Amino acid sequence: MDLDPVTLSRAQFALTVMFHYLFPPLSIGLGAILVLLEGTYLKTRDRRYEAAARFFTKLFAVNFAVGVATGIVMEFQFGTNWSTYSRFVGDVFGSALAAEGIFAFFLESGFLAVLVFGWDRVGPKMHFFSTLMVFLGSTFSAVWIVIANSWQQTPAGFHLVGEGAAMRAEITDFWAMIFNPSSMHRLNHVILGSLVQGAFFVMSIAAFYLLKKRHEDFAKRSFTVALVMGAVASVAILISGHAQANAVAVNQPAKLAAFEGHFETGEGGAPLYLFGWPDAEAQEVKAGVAIPGGLSFLIHGDFDTPVDGLDTIPDDEEPPVAVPFVTYHLMVALGMFFIGVTLLGLFLRWRGTLWEKRWLLKVFVVAVIAPYVANQTGWVAAEVGRQPWVVYGLLRTEDAVSPSVPGEHILTSIVLFSLIYLALGALWLVVMNHKIQHGPEDPDDLPPDGGDGESQLEVAADVRDRASHHRLAEGDEPEGAGA
Amino acid sequence: MDLEIFWFGLLGILAAGYAVLDGFDLGVGILHPLVKDDTERRIVINSIGPLWDGNEVWLVTFGGALFAAFPEAYATFFSAFYLPVMILLFGLIGRAVSIEFRSKQKSRFWRSYWDHSFAFSSLMVVFLFGVAAGNAIEGIPLGADHEFAGGLFDLVRPYPLAVGAFAVVTSAMHGALYLHLKTEDALQARVASWRWPLFGAFLVGLVGITVATLVRNPEALRNFERYPAAWAVVLLTTLAVANIPRGIAKAKPGQAFLSSGGTIIGLVFNFGMALYPNLVVSSLDPAYSLTIRNASSSQATLALMRNIAFLGLPFVLTYTAIVYWVFRGKTKLDDHSY
Ligand code: HDD
Ligand code: HEM
Ligand code: HEM
Repeated sequence: MDLDPVTLSRAQFALTVMFHYLFPPLSIGLGAILVLLEGTYLKTRDRRYEAAARFFTKLFAVNFAVGVATGIVMEFQFGTNWSTYSRFVGDVFGSALAAEGIFAFFLESGFLAVLVFGWDRVGPKMHFFSTLMVFLGSTFSAVWIVIANSWQQTPAGFHLVGEGAAMRAEITDFWAMIFNPSSMHRLNHVILGSLVQGAFFVMSIAAFYLLKKRHEDFAKRSFTVALVMGAVASVAILISGHAQANAVAVNQPAKLAAFEGHFETGEGGAPLYLFGWPDAEAQEVKAGVAIPGGLSFLIHGDFDTPVDGLDTIPDDEEPPVAVPFVTYHLMVALGMFFIGVTLLGLFLRWRGTLWEKRWLLKVFVVAVIAPYVANQTGWVAAEVGRQPWVVYGLLRTEDAVSPSVPGEHILTSIVLFSLIYLALGALWLVVMNHKIQHGPEDPDDLPPDGGDGESQLEVAADVRDRASHHRLAEGDEPEGAGA
Repeated sequence: MDLEIFWFGLLGILAAGYAVLDGFDLGVGILHPLVKDDTERRIVINSIGPLWDGNEVWLVTFGGALFAAFPEAYATFFSAFYLPVMILLFGLIGRAVSIEFRSKQKSRFWRSYWDHSFAFSSLMVVFLFGVAAGNAIEGIPLGADHEFAGGLFDLVRPYPLAVGAFAVVTSAMHGALYLHLKTEDALQARVASWRWPLFGAFLVGLVGITVATLVRNPEALRNFERYPAAWAVVLLTTLAVANIPRGIAKAKPGQAFLSSGGTIIGLVFNFGMALYPNLVVSSLDPAYSLTIRNASSSQATLALMRNIAFLGLPFVLTYTAIVYWVFRGKTKLDDHSY
């Protein structure tokens, strides 16, 4: 077998980044839920919300640790496997990566310590602040990395210097680089995808408890918070995705044609396939069901204007079609499912019959898998649809690898990554399951508000909200204060 | 101001910050197996529990800053060290998950597995950083295209291996001085008894590496001839080294720990002086070396990134201060500990 460094490096990048991307969306989405729960606690002083936040913090910490461990790999992989790419983009891309470290990772990791270990060391307000900062930090890391990735999808604000293998891009306009044509669309979309992920994760656990008749009060409260967040995000992501698709049609027409399996430009309106199988040999979609003129309507607002097909793209610049088509359609179908199931949930919640619909709760228990699939397929569609370019229109993927690294070394590292990640995924499941089976603490068993009065707690005293503490002491607090 | 020199300095600060901060928590990892009792092991892990992740971000930011300021060096260095970097990454993954997972199950087998993995990965990580530093000083085979022209065995030579071993001893000493500050009673007494042997080993290593550098890589001294003021830092480093035994003997553990931190900063400075103005030295032909001139990003980017760094660093220092303040004092186990 011929060990081709390009194929191997692509496989390795796909493996490591897709594995990494299992964790960040949950960190961001669950972070948002923690902010909501703790905010509600601060406002109502109802300690049941604090108990819920404490419980989800433990799950959050496990997920975060795996996210960090797998993220470090990404940081260095551009240099190890894609040295030509790194030389080419360093001036632009490196800046975003460095900014991510300075603005995002320090913020996250610093306040994460307070979020996870600080429950009994700082007051509730300082704790809430830390949670907010962790959420903000993880959002910032998405901002920078998505800007970097969007620049390579739709490069802007640069000029090229040098010739041949020594050619590289240099920034000429920083803000044009940041606000390149796709970055803001994609940022919205990625954050919303993360919120959907967090919401379905919480709903799955809550529905599981409700079916088992355990921690019911906790479960109903958490479910409701997550349901509202999930419904809003699910509707918003459809709008954001539509805007994004329109932008792709303008900036990367070849990619859009691949998403839609649109081989021939043809006369008149282009059809929109709901499902099907694109056959590149025959240049058509097999076994598909389509809305005639639908694609034209989405892109141009009428049913008759033609949309550019793959026949307008030079052969050596055509992306593969099958993978983008299938992953893109799967993502959109799951997006519709999220809208349907969360709106139904909201309606039943409003009618007051949600908790009796056991079949729907069962759906919610397993539905947590769907946002994982949607987030992964979204990236696969976006990245494979960009091929054969690694930097769109400028640098081909096949030219971007490290010339000095032999295929055997890459193969070795792929094998080791696969083994380690397999074990890591299994451990994540075991530990998460263990924590979920254990369940949240009873609010009555929590340590007294803001700490246990040990010597290390002067800080807590400094930052604690005195007024509300007094109110607690006067017995305004629901059952359990000072237990 | 000369932006390339500024960035060389800033990378030095990031590297020194990383070495001092992650240095002690890696050192704690190396020493971990010397503690046998389960509760004591938990105290050892929790002494670095809230801090190690933030410490590691110094490395992540160093990587990003190297990529931004000297992309050629980033590309060359990491692709040249392909397999060692992969092992380093496995080590960093292993550490993170060992700390996180160790105390999540009660079984003896589970805990002892993660204890071993924690200690081994910590040791591996420190050792590899040392080997990389040694290779940077000795030079590696780089061709005219700035790509690595050697094989794996060009990287495994006596001098880099010795620097690796020295890094392990230094970090273990630094870790012991830290652990002494965070523990109490019987555990503290045991930690106290490790400090002298570790300091002794460190001193032997320091002398050995200094001599080896002078004999094998006399080039490393050229900048001291050019900028005699740099000798002041060597002097300060020596004073910091001498203050470690003084701190231990006079029962001033805080001073001993700060001095070992100062020593590490001094060593990183000397490493920078040995390298400057090179980033990666070519052992084939000095003309092929990557320097801060031929490996840098455009002036506009360097200036932009300098502003970003000035904007960000005060925040970074504030968060770091808050976290170290909140978690000061002796380590105690509670509900949220590992
Ligand atoms: C730095 C920017 C960047 C970012 C944020 C991402 N990617 Fe990407 N991706 C690349 C930069 C890149 C790349 C370096 O440009 C690759 C490697 C080879 C290639 O074709 O593009 C790539 C390839 C690549 C491939 C293989 C495509 C192929 O072989 O045809 C997949 C499946 C993904 N990516 C998936 C993802 C996922 C799930 C991401 C979510 C975190 C992601 N990418 C973020
Ligand atoms: C392919 C490019 C990527 C690189 C180089 C990268 C790099 C990293 C690194 C180095 C870390 C660890 C930081 C630490 O030590 O705290 C990390 C974690 C993280 N990354 Fe990525 N990342 C990539 C893709 C993404 C994307 C696309 C997103 C968001 C949409 C993202 C969001 C996060 C978040 C939220 C964390 C925090 C830890 C966690 O996962 O829980 N990353 N990443
Ligand atoms: C509901 C209808 C949806 C539409 C119309 C839509 C549309 C799109 C489009 C056009 C892209 C490619 C953008 C590009 O390549 O520049 C994309 C990417 C992506 N989608 Fe969706 N999407 C939808 C739902 C979802 C859902 C529900 C999720 C996850 C929960 C999701 C997650 C992603 C991710 C992670 C990416 C890759 C990042 C990016 O390019 O923004 N999408 N989506």
